[in-house]
Amino acid sequence: MSLLVIRPDEWNLPLLLHVGGAMVMCGALVVAAAVLVLAVRSTGDDRVALARFSFRILLIGVLPAYIVMRGAAEWIYSKEGFSGDNDPGWIGIGYITSDLGLLLIIISTVLAGLAARRIRTNPDGPSMMTRISMALTFVLIAAYVVAVWAMTTKPS
Amino acid sequence: MDWYDTLLYLHVLAAFILVAANVTAWAMYVGTAGGSRPSPLVRMAPMGGLLGVVGSLGVLIFGIWLAIYVKGYEVWDGWVLAAIVLWAIAGYAGTTLGRGYEAFRAGEAPAPSLALHLILSGSILLLLIDMIWKPGA
Repeated sequence: MSLLVIRPDEWNLPLLLHVGGAMVMCGALVVAAAVLVLAVRSTGDDRVALARFSFRILLIGVLPAYIVMRGAAEWIYSKEGFSGDNDPGWIGIGYITSDLGLLLIIISTVLAGLAARRIRTNPDGPSMMTRISMALTFVLIAAYVVAVWAMTTKPS
Repeated sequence: MDWYDTLLYLHVLAAFILVAANVTAWAMYVGTAGGSRPSPLVRMAPMGGLLGVVGSLGVLIFGIWLAIYVKGYEVWDGWVLAAIVLWAIAGYAGTTLGRGYEAFRAGEAPAPSLALHLILSGSILLLLIDMIWKPGA
């Protein structure tokens, strides 16, 4: 049996934005990964449409949700009174996965955009950029599964 | 990691999976312009359905388990009962959406309505608000 811990009410709004943003970001990443898999396996017009959609969901789904998640993380970080000195380990995991994650999201988005442009002119050509973008989305999903573990279990 | 941490992690992870199912439904809605044009995105319908089943069952099972396990919470607390009602609404909307997109993909029915998407998203948002604020706890 475990005892419940009461959280101050003023933490709730930034927590809602942080968790909600993270959920939408991860959901959009799952969809982007699935669409990229379909794009790799498709040909012709289907491939053009899927490549274009993968770029769009990374750009207008994942990135804005990331900004909400990350901004709210800073908000609640300041409310909880952390200073950067002797912060618990789970905060470090959060920073590493989110900041490194942003870099991978940007690379994946750029590659998906370049791939979409190339596929539009040659729908049945090679798709190395699509494959790399797809691989990065899977790496991101795995990293965020670890981040969710760190945020919920809060290892010290 | 103790038993409480494990249950909480699985509960939250299931909620993330449920939201991924919701985003999949929105992707199919946007990709087909509300069902007005064909799109290869409807090939995601089986994945969306699977995510919805795993996410919604995980949220319910581990959520009730937590309510029983944690001293101070009870399954009959108002905010827990509200969550169960919202879960049922989300489950109805999600199941109808999943079947609707499978039928749309097979060319047997029009695409699911915007209202169903909004009901699913709204109920999940209210669930998240309920879980964070825990009114009455």
